[in-house]
Amino acid sequence: MENISIPNKKNKIPLLEVKQLSLSFPQYKKGFEESYIQVIRDFELTIYPGEIVAVVGSSGSGKSLLADSILGILPENAAINGTLLFKGVALTKNRQEQLRGKAISLIPQSVKALDPLMKTGRQVQGIIRDKKDKKRIQEEAFLKLGLAPGTGDKYPHELSGGMARRVLIASAMVSEAQLIIADEPTPGLDELAWEETLSNLKQLSEGNRGIMFITHDIQAALKIADKIAVFYAGETLEIANKEDFSGKGEVLRHPYTKALWLALPENDFKVLKGNQPESEDVFPGCVFEPRCPIATGLCKTNKPDSTMINNGITRCFYA
Amino acid sequence: MLKINNISYKYHSDHWIFDSIQLNVNPGEVVGIYGPSGVGKSTFAKVIAGYLKPDRGSIIVNGKVSPQIGRNPVQLIGQHPEKAINPHWRMKQVLAESGEYSDGFLSELGISKEWMHRFPSQLSGGELQRFCLARAIAPETSYLIADEMTTMLDAITQAQIWQTVLLLVERRQLGMLVISHELPLLKQISNRILNFEELARAI
Repeated sequence: MENISIPNKKNKIPLLEVKQLSLSFPQYKKGFEESYIQVIRDFELTIYPGEIVAVVGSSGSGKSLLADSILGILPENAAINGTLLFKGVALTKNRQEQLRGKAISLIPQSVKALDPLMKTGRQVQGIIRDKKDKKRIQEEAFLKLGLAPGTGDKYPHELSGGMARRVLIASAMVSEAQLIIADEPTPGLDELAWEETLSNLKQLSEGNRGIMFITHDIQAALKIADKIAVFYAGETLEIANKEDFSGKGEVLRHPYTKALWLALPENDFKVLKGNQPESEDVFPGCVFEPRCPIATGLCKTNKPDSTMINNGITRCFYA
Repeated sequence: MLKINNISYKYHSDHWIFDSIQLNVNPGEVVGIYGPSGVGKSTFAKVIAGYLKPDRGSIIVNGKVSPQIGRNPVQLIGQHPEKAINPHWRMKQVLAESGEYSDGFLSELGISKEWMHRFPSQLSGGELQRFCLARAIAPETSYLIADEMTTMLDAITQAQIWQTVLLLVERRQLGMLVISHELPLLKQISNRILNFEELARAI
């Protein structure tokens, strides 16, 4: 797996390194017959300090489970395998518990994560280590994110969706987190709020924080991410650079990434037939083979390894 | 024709959400409505679909004042299919509540037969949204209102769903109002695009 480190950063230690991560859940079909369904397979991702890496995938592809795996908040019955390293040291269950909410922090998908009975300012202050300067630090963070003075004295229900989202981002900003996982922070926002949320996330990455940006919105990913990991049916099919998404997607390496790019209404609005496979479907070959326009017999029977092509990574025999 | 006749609506007595909106939608026509959050687009959609009663003005569907008794020919599809479907019912039951559907129609919408025995929690957002579409497109339906119908979906699923919908619009000559933040999407699918704030202002 030597080939997956990005060359120009070879001497830096990555903040987060995920290798060959797989995740499965036991399932009971017909009585007590137990079988495992695999929801994540061979996932790989590296995030360096100061970097934003987007994980782009459709709903039901297992994106949020990735976040849970890194934070160590999976359900009891989940079976997890593979390597998780934070700053070069293994992320064990104990270490996850120690780091969670401190060095590793989550910006949750839903603004419902805010305590409805506590003023937002106090919620954010609760995270700040420096007990003497809590109020000032919180107010500065709110100001930086464009929240009007006095927002801290309001309850979550008094804020609009976009403002509540910014309070969540402020919590990450005032924390000592080095790695922030943002889980779908943009859906349902209008253009203005969308732009603002993205620039707020970008602000967070300044000061050497690493950000894992989980989203289904390619445009959002392209706007702020340095690298984009394309996630499909529990696998990373490609890790591309932002510049690769241009024109008709000629530079993109994987046929799924190309299809995703061409399906955007800004591009061709082109339809790819078929549905994402079910998690109980097992593929001896490539997961994308059933829908792939260029698949051959080889793709049906053999699983492509991840290979480095043109400063990105892909899993396709024909890239 | 769907005639929206100077409708006005307010939640509180002192503030109009919108005032005197006038708009006609023809059969087979897709009208895009664009605007930022919080200007009343979704309230507008609910009023036209009959979920809320306008304080002033009327909605005329094919010459009759809406709503009439029976199934409303104007159907609304929202942003969150998981909130529009009974979580305790299997998908088969969800569809049965709304009518009978031919296999051909369901496969055209991309609904797989295997999904019928599942619960909503076992399907993805895009898959559920197809069921919401199937429910909304009954024989009586002549107008569809899509309020951020594909906002939660990835680009491929979005394109798939719209291709199907546009085919049905064409074939059944449905009229459509599409509410979205996404101008590029509206440009792809609409015959004309209106800015909601201008629409609500122009009298």
